[in-house]
Amino acid sequence: MGVFPRIRAVADHAVLAEFGDTPSDAALAGVRHLDASLSRHPLPGGVESVPGFAALLVRFDPLVTDHAAVTLALQQRLQAPVVSAAPGRLHRAAVCHDADMAPDLDAVAEACGLTRGEVVDSHLAADYRVVIYGFAPGYAYLSGVPAALHLPRKPAARRAVPAGSVIIAGAQCLITTLTMPTGWWIIGRSDLRILRDDPNRPFLFDVGDRVQFHRVAALPGDPSVPGR
Amino acid sequence: MAELEVIAAGPQVSVQDGGRPGFGRFGVPQSGPMDRRALRIANLALGNPEAAAGIEVSRGGLALVCRSGPVTMALAGGGFGVWRDATPMPPWGVLTLRAGQRLDIRPGHWGSWTYLALPGLAVQVWLGSASTHLLSGFGGGALRPGQVLRLAQAPPQPDRAIPRPVSARPRPLIRVVMGPQDRFFDPATLADFTARSFTLTDACDRMGVRLAGPHLPPAAPLDMPSEPILRGSVQVAGDGVATVLLADHQTTGGYPKIATVLAQDIDGFAQLRPRDPVRFMAVTPESAIVTARLQAAAHARYLAQFAVKSGAP
Repeated sequence: MGVFPRIRAVADHAVLAEFGDTPSDAALAGVRHLDASLSRHPLPGGVESVPGFAALLVRFDPLVTDHAAVTLALQQRLQAPVVSAAPGRLHRAAVCHDADMAPDLDAVAEACGLTRGEVVDSHLAADYRVVIYGFAPGYAYLSGVPAALHLPRKPAARRAVPAGSVIIAGAQCLITTLTMPTGWWIIGRSDLRILRDDPNRPFLFDVGDRVQFHRVAALPGDPSVPGR
Repeated sequence: MAELEVIAAGPQVSVQDGGRPGFGRFGVPQSGPMDRRALRIANLALGNPEAAAGIEVSRGGLALVCRSGPVTMALAGGGFGVWRDATPMPPWGVLTLRAGQRLDIRPGHWGSWTYLALPGLAVQVWLGSASTHLLSGFGGGALRPGQVLRLAQAPPQPDRAIPRPVSARPRPLIRVVMGPQDRFFDPATLADFTARSFTLTDACDRMGVRLAGPHLPPAAPLDMPSEPILRGSVQVAGDGVATVLLADHQTTGGYPKIATVLAQDIDGFAQLRPRDPVRFMAVTPESAIVTARLQAAAHARYLAQFAVKSGAP
């Protein structure tokens, strides 16, 4: 459907640069390339750019510029040679699988035809990458969940899931930062703090960073308040 | 130091300032006032910077008592009822509370949000802004009974009303640019979206408002990737129900956005109430830019007209 990238006007103050109708490595690379270009050299009148899995939202001030000028500028940026992204840092996240911290582990095992231990081993063995932040503050979507653990979301959300929960759905994994409902599968809890008090680095991960999980028998400190 | 004590605060009464732009890439919406113009007006009327932190009051209302004063404050936004002790005051106006006096703000005939501008409100800041992200509680936070608001000492000003611009009214006709994921809907559904009327439901808060009205079934399977959301995105879930996302919106979503409300119409949309009717009118991006500039110029003239008269420091 159409030729990518495709740039759509959004309301009176944004455009959406779409790099595919479905997520793919090529689409994500396009999003990264354009986002990096705008971070290095902001557009006149630009407000912010927000990456998705296959599209980049570019907000602008309509008193300074307009859709046509921004679209033209983005098309020019897309002609520029791709600067290879810096290799991301590696973060290590401890996960505790105590029954009260991993209420869906048995259900995941049953749905995947694995044992509880095999689910844990499979999850820990994989190498994860920060794809985007989305949904809520500090919610970093990690790609890399092994195919054996790919499950659709649960039919009904569980309420008041504690912050720090390690949750999976499809090919995605994330460590929650707020106590919220979720329809994803809760397979453990981590004390890794993605929201930080440091004003110079308020979020632990950068997009492109790598994450590895390792098992711990218990979490040090109180994992229920990773924020602030 | 001047102090106000919160006697009663309804749900969703919170500290807001100009908002927290630039962190969408970390999952953080801009937040800020549901009616951005109203907070700006209240601040300028008091003599504050236009984006200074103030109190956003929901239809849940707010009651304060002045513990140490005097405190001059300004109110703007919606058609609320305002009383100083038992005396009705202009719902849009500058007024002074002396120690022991009480202020009551209650919902009136129209509007969902009103704003209380205060001198030098001491607030908790997150990522450079005091705006409360209600879901997390980050920022200045929601107000709770017993809380004491600490303020700067400022010379009192005489009571006066603030002229209320026509643009402050709720907007039942909302302009949108169609898309960006309108490809998921067939032409008849897209036509229904702008031809027929919706109503706001009770599922409305700072994150968004769910609408009742025409069923908007997606024509294609919902296999779209999770894509960025804006304040004003009209997102349609798999059940064909539309939600307009507002100040504390989630930053990405995997449901198609059939249309996006113009930034200039969102303040007026936010002032609608549950069960109010609303219709959407599609405009071109080019005309959206033209009206954004005309409206900004008109608003600047309005602000100049009364901000000069304030005589505030």
